[in-house]
Amino acid sequence: MSISLEEVLNISHLARLHVDEEQARQYAADLSKILAWVQQMNQVDTREVVPMAHPLDVVQRLREDKVTETDQREKFQTIAPRTDKGLYLVPKVIE
Amino acid sequence: MENLSVSQLAAGLDHGEFSSVELTRHFLHRMQAHGELNAFITEMDESAIVQARRADQLIKEKKHGPLTGIPLAHKDIFCMDGTRTSCGSRMLDQFVAPYDATVVQKLGQAGCVVLGKTNMDEFAMGSSNENSYFGPVKNPWNPGHVPGGSSGGSAAAVAARLVPLATGTDTGGSIRQPAALCGITGLKPTYGRVSRYGMIAYASSLDQAGPLAKSAQDCAYLLQAMAGFDSRDSTSMDEPVPAYTQALDQPLQGRVIGIPDEYFGAGLKPEVQDIMAQAIDWAEGQGCIIQPIRLPNTELAIPAYYVIATAECSSNLSRFDGIRFGHRCKAPKDLHDLYRRSRSEGFGTEVKRRIMIGTYALSAGYYDAYYLKAQQIRRLISTDFSKAFETVDFILGPTAPEPAFRIGEKTDDPVTMYLSDIYTISVNLAGLPAISVPCGMHEGLPVGMQLIGNYLTEDRLLNFAHQYQLATDWHRQCPPGFAQGSVDE
Amino acid sequence: MIRWEAVIGLEIHVQLATQSKIFSAASTAFGAEPNTQACAVDLGLPGVLPVLNLEAVRMAVMFGLAIDATIAQHSVFARKNYFYPDLPKGYQISQYELPIVEHGRLEITLDDGVQKVIGITRAHLEEDAGKSLHEEFDEFTGVDLNRAGTPLIEVVSEPDMRSAKEAILYMKKIHSIVRYLGISDGNMQEGSFRCDANVSIRPAGDAGYGTRTEIKNLNSFRFVERAIDFEIGRQTAVLEDGGEIAQETRLYDDVTGETRSMRSKEEANDYRYFPDPDLLPVVIPQDMVEAIRGQLPELPSEKATRFCTQYGLDAHDAETLATSRELAEYFEHTARHTDAKAKLVVNWITGELSAALNQDHIEITESPVSSTMLAGLLNRIEDGTISGKIAKDVFRSMWTGEGDADTIIESRGLRQITDDSEIERLVDQVLQDNPEQVEQFRSGKDKVFGFFVGRVMKLSQGKANPKQVNGLLRKKLK
Repeated sequence: MSISLEEVLNISHLARLHVDEEQARQYAADLSKILAWVQQMNQVDTREVVPMAHPLDVVQRLREDKVTETDQREKFQTIAPRTDKGLYLVPKVIE
Repeated sequence: MENLSVSQLAAGLDHGEFSSVELTRHFLHRMQAHGELNAFITEMDESAIVQARRADQLIKEKKHGPLTGIPLAHKDIFCMDGTRTSCGSRMLDQFVAPYDATVVQKLGQAGCVVLGKTNMDEFAMGSSNENSYFGPVKNPWNPGHVPGGSSGGSAAAVAARLVPLATGTDTGGSIRQPAALCGITGLKPTYGRVSRYGMIAYASSLDQAGPLAKSAQDCAYLLQAMAGFDSRDSTSMDEPVPAYTQALDQPLQGRVIGIPDEYFGAGLKPEVQDIMAQAIDWAEGQGCIIQPIRLPNTELAIPAYYVIATAECSSNLSRFDGIRFGHRCKAPKDLHDLYRRSRSEGFGTEVKRRIMIGTYALSAGYYDAYYLKAQQIRRLISTDFSKAFETVDFILGPTAPEPAFRIGEKTDDPVTMYLSDIYTISVNLAGLPAISVPCGMHEGLPVGMQLIGNYLTEDRLLNFAHQYQLATDWHRQCPPGFAQGSVDE
Repeated sequence: MIRWEAVIGLEIHVQLATQSKIFSAASTAFGAEPNTQACAVDLGLPGVLPVLNLEAVRMAVMFGLAIDATIAQHSVFARKNYFYPDLPKGYQISQYELPIVEHGRLEITLDDGVQKVIGITRAHLEEDAGKSLHEEFDEFTGVDLNRAGTPLIEVVSEPDMRSAKEAILYMKKIHSIVRYLGISDGNMQEGSFRCDANVSIRPAGDAGYGTRTEIKNLNSFRFVERAIDFEIGRQTAVLEDGGEIAQETRLYDDVTGETRSMRSKEEANDYRYFPDPDLLPVVIPQDMVEAIRGQLPELPSEKATRFCTQYGLDAHDAETLATSRELAEYFEHTARHTDAKAKLVVNWITGELSAALNQDHIEITESPVSSTMLAGLLNRIEDGTISGKIAKDVFRSMWTGEGDADTIIESRGLRQITDDSEIERLVDQVLQDNPEQVEQFRSGKDKVFGFFVGRVMKLSQGKANPKQVNGLLRKKLK
């Protein structure tokens, strides 16, 4: 199992992580090694096995449709890096 | 004072032998005297004294419970209103949580006094506490060794008697392994037993909070206050919480203990194996029935775990984007730059590595081969356990293959590091409860045994561990240099 | 020369009219100050968890039943991972492999009266994103997360539509259904009902599909129609020039009426869907489905069928009235309180009333002329008190608040003249005043008859009963 530099860059883009060329090479080596090791999973035949997404066999509980939250904007925005007029600010997005 | 159990501390408070303020000052003093362990990210002297005063008032008014006025530390993964909650990361270095985690809220209501937030591997990713932005935690038994992780700060703090109780979280062994490596008792409850609300997520289907303490009895007191249904957590179990402290005295006669072949194979240090043999002998002496069992898919648990945990973490950590909270890079030139630099600067090496693996495992074309396959393996592992629990009450084995390793020993090779979790990881995949109990020493470092139970049998696990601790004194061992009198008080 | 055929599929996003959000207890009310209705869960603060709103599930089931779909007994929420400032967690909680509603269908009536079935692949529950405000600041985009977490159902059709017109008919029908069910206010200006259109073209008769483009975020019926028409034209031109259609996301510009490629979505997305570990499978027991079925209101198509049989309306009128629950209720209430024929009621509602509503930009529920008032007016036409023409004046007076029909007729003396002798007097006067025309008529020029009628009506200020005027004129001119 070998991961190409190009794949590393694609993944880092999806994950919004900055990876320079040297790091990319390191990641390619690291991830290749880890994924090769992960592939020992293929030793077992799981064709008939139902995937397990969750440790417990229980179903979703449903919440009553009631508003109980109050406005906490001021408190929440004191921890925000950049706000103005009650809005969170990001560099201008062009659609 | 620091060697007293929770019930002794409570009795002392009740009888006026000391006040909560005195108790709090005593432990705060120990914390400050042992800063070299780096067990704490945030110390909370002032608020602790305020809480202790309130506790003293309640005790005076006879309105107190078993934990009122007892000092405790929270792993820095639990959000605490008005307090920095860093999760061991530069990303949240300046993050003051605007709300309380359910665990924090419940222990606050129980009257506990919070002394500080403990150090941890960044976002709970690690088995050695070397992945913290705030530097590694040192093992109180030998400062050249790791305390285990990711709840390394909590384990080291309890082991060094800097605090009587601490909370932790366990995604692949993060309570049990540091408990074993530091010579204390740590319990990972059944998935869903303790609310995850306000606990910063690493891998949501595996994360579970639990207690770390010197003894099983102390763990029982702490778990009692932590456990229970929470309507804010969809995965929280709506089941009654038994009285854990009242179940401790049951005799063990007739309990069937399964010993899995796979937990005693190659990779297990022979000295650790000998220590396990003694613990098994003890159980047999108590009238337990020892039965060999098989957990054939154990070896596959680690790769399956690393796929599931990294996939979930890659998504859970997307919210750290530098917009609403957390680290934001300086002068981003556009939105993409804001995302990439904020995240790259904010996250450490291991966190980024896991985000990369998880993103890859979920990406188009690889999902079936990695994520789906891992979920199928997860089912096999879970089935192995349910088959075993048809005939046994407990499964017993080592918590870790060896005692605490040296700081830096495994940092170069992620896979070797991952392998140190081999005995603890499958428990999280299945969602079962398990406890780690100190059961011996090797070359001056503690060794822990792990007891795994069926779903919601925390009471039985604590019962077994308590009986063991009545008969042994491994849990009473205090690291040299931290015993009474060694600190100028 | 190739004849091109359009292939259109719609993804309609319907905001559900719950009080609180789909996974949090914050309010969904529209129009609050920015970020005042974004709670810890909506902001995706570290450590928060989602808990599903029962009402959102009920509403999705109602919708599923209304479109004859299968309600999944077991459905799963998944995470759709992508980064965008208005998506706080870096993923949207949606449904992927196991949606709550599947395999639905809807009939639309084309202009020529032909019924066409549009397949509905699925309808899944998901959370809405926040809003990015690009105009507020020079260098920044502002993010308001009040809308984040509002429950949506995304209704995905089969690519069964062949023209913008069909797409609109389908979309209007969905709009009508969700409003009937009361599961959405359907307010398009506020974004409660919006649509993405997938458009491709192929040589007519081909079975395969051409490369499609997706036009995002269309929030009015007119925009949908224009955007699709523009896109069909654009794709046709590209292909006829020997070019290729790029599979891409496009935005509709309502100023130019054109679509353009969306820069921010250029890159191919890999959403990395996986089951959300914070949520458990949603299980809907059959008895819950049956209970909801029992509470369903009469739906537009059922209502239209009933209008045909009960009131003898034609299919077109029945369907027009049944489009909106309020309109249908107005019609039925009027019809119940008047002796006038149902057809007359329909004509007044779709004619005078609709025109007045449009002119004042108000909804039928806000109409100053209530159904009772309209019934009163129609009764006066029916019993011959006033003519249809006078009735229009009376209607306008009712509209401006002068009272009910009887009051206006009395106070303004509009009662129709039905007394034969009085009409005869008017007729005689007109004949006497216009001897020339009488001569023309008698010499065989039949057309002049209308002239006399007009003169008599004018003389009576429109109040003479036209039928009697006609009869008397014929008699006198013999």
